[in-house]
Amino acid sequence: MGIKQRMSGNEAVAYAMKQINPDVMPAFPITPSTELPQFVSSYIANGEMDTEFIPVESEHSAMSAAIGAEAAGARTMTATSSAGLALMWEMLYVAASNRLPIALALVNRALSGPLNINCEHSDSMGARDSGWIQIYAEDNQEAYDNFIQAYRIAEHKDVMLPIMICQDGFIISHGVSNIELLEDEAVKAFVGEYNPKHFLLNENEPMAVGPYAVSCYGMESKRAHAQAMINAGRVILDVAAEFEKISGKKYGFFEAYRLEDAEIAIVAIGSACGTTKDAVDLLRAEGKKAGLLKVRVFRPFPGKELAGALRNCRAVAILDRCESFSANGGPLAAELSAALYQAKGQAEVLKIVYGLNGRDYTVEDARQVFADLEEIAANGNRDGQEYRYIGLRE
Amino acid sequence: MKHLTEIRWHGRGGQGAKTAALLLADIAFGIGKYVQGFPEYGPERMGAPVTAYDRISDSAIRVHSNIYEPDFVVVVDDTLLHSVDVTAGLSPNGALLINTEKGKDEILPLLKGYKGAVYTINARKVCMETLGKYFPNMPMLSALVRISGILEKDVFFREMEASLKHKFEKKPEVFAGNKKALEAAFDAVEQISFAADGKRVEIADRRVA
Amino acid sequence: MALSAKEIHETTRWQDLTEGLSIYEPATSKGFLTGEWRTDTPVVEWEKCRQCLLCVPYCPDSSIPVRDGKRLDFDYDHCKGCGICAAACPFGAISMKEGK
Repeated sequence: MGIKQRMSGNEAVAYAMKQINPDVMPAFPITPSTELPQFVSSYIANGEMDTEFIPVESEHSAMSAAIGAEAAGARTMTATSSAGLALMWEMLYVAASNRLPIALALVNRALSGPLNINCEHSDSMGARDSGWIQIYAEDNQEAYDNFIQAYRIAEHKDVMLPIMICQDGFIISHGVSNIELLEDEAVKAFVGEYNPKHFLLNENEPMAVGPYAVSCYGMESKRAHAQAMINAGRVILDVAAEFEKISGKKYGFFEAYRLEDAEIAIVAIGSACGTTKDAVDLLRAEGKKAGLLKVRVFRPFPGKELAGALRNCRAVAILDRCESFSANGGPLAAELSAALYQAKGQAEVLKIVYGLNGRDYTVEDARQVFADLEEIAANGNRDGQEYRYIGLRE
Repeated sequence: MKHLTEIRWHGRGGQGAKTAALLLADIAFGIGKYVQGFPEYGPERMGAPVTAYDRISDSAIRVHSNIYEPDFVVVVDDTLLHSVDVTAGLSPNGALLINTEKGKDEILPLLKGYKGAVYTINARKVCMETLGKYFPNMPMLSALVRISGILEKDVFFREMEASLKHKFEKKPEVFAGNKKALEAAFDAVEQISFAADGKRVEIADRRVA
Repeated sequence: MALSAKEIHETTRWQDLTEGLSIYEPATSKGFLTGEWRTDTPVVEWEKCRQCLLCVPYCPDSSIPVRDGKRLDFDYDHCKGCGICAAACPFGAISMKEGK
């Protein structure tokens, strides 16, 4: 079924882009996602893709051109990181509110400052309220698989929303490791053709996109947008079930790793989950009931399902690879804590910030978190400090 | 047999340490291993110290951190011995490989009392005699295969030949030079220190993977 | 979901709006009678009008129709009564009358 290969995360997503061969790609290079437009340009130059590549003068223009192309009826993608996503900010909201199913390959990198090129989730987490779907990957395989599923989710008639497929900068994007690719035909058949119901270049149906909405329309429009995000949850699961049929790989809102009987658990996003799995196995070998909840889908936020997966835990550490400077932990911790409260969860919660500006997250770090959780599960959070850092010099 | 081998490369920007690490991952993949090859990104400047890593395993690799307790360390430039703690975390059961023209009396005092085996190779000499240019990464890769036993010699040369042939399809003279460099490097490795337990470990007997 | 612009108005439920409030028909501004906003009304004295057509491009609301090279009377369904045409006319042929 799969073609065994070794690739970096960027190579893997670029390969998915080649197999899907969308109509248009406007993009502006930025580390560590520069290779994506670079690989696509090479594929086009070699005649392996016929995507229209638009070299633009900034990321604001990249997203603007993507909006124009998608509204015109073209299946459109782009790629960026960090400050590039920040420069798209205004247009991210426009793309989402105009309900344009653009796919954006995001290679997560810290927003400045301090000036830094390494992995952090501050870029996509900052855009979490822009109305885009967000799906995260643990490794190159998941980045590839998620990109293959992206258009099926985004273009679904009950969704029609742009989608961000995220992978950890450098750690995944530039690390070469094993991967199983799908055959071109299987990808093409799975993704299918894009036939938008309404599009600007349809000569039989002139249309207007992005009209001014006075206050008696804007709120209704946002509620409809919110409904699309609610619908995306079901569609993400349906598409994952279909993807399993062609790939043999299971995907959902999250992955529960040795969580069923876990008393202590780490919740995390991205490459840290692989490292945490190794720590879980070490603890299990010592007879400790440790587990991992890996969040794959952050938008829509599957709060009820995540809280359900943690129902048997006595202490949970929620890890954020970004600060939100709320003085109370990161965004995943905030949203999941709220969901646990709604679910009447009894678990003690630690809100842990890790891996900022590319700080390495090690098996030892994960073990330290589990050790803290064990202590809290046994004796309660005696110093009352929920919001902590791991991997910090102090 | 250990199921996971971890290797750390120290070089300077432009010397090809990252390329060598990725090439090793490529070749290990070619013989059916699970691999990771990745650089650690710092200031990307010609001459700046760079670190790259390899993991080679018989089972899927999930960990995504850097390598702190490598089995082998390769130092592509001996001037790094003064500024970088190259033996940090290096297993005494593993080995250190240094590209240098210097003898053991000059090198060993710089290794902070490392207790494992130490090897040197004069990659510059190998390069100048075979390629006519100084590209140390290929000889270092060959020397690493020799001292680590992570790949069979024949398998390594077969896979490298295929890879280089493909890479230098239109430049057969470059292919020939690189092939010679790999072969010469394999024989140019010298052991300057043995593991502290006094057990003499012959180069060819060192099999970890 | 509403597909016709006419069905989108101030009492339309969110469930019935188009995605992104897109409008799937052309020239819907024709149906929006901005002439209702007018407080002063332009009037042409046809004997003074030389059909120079300078008023036409000055009109911000395209409310001066032209046929066969000659301007016709104002489109009072859309004219907002701004008075630019009266100021632009070199022959004093357009005057503003108070009220509709």
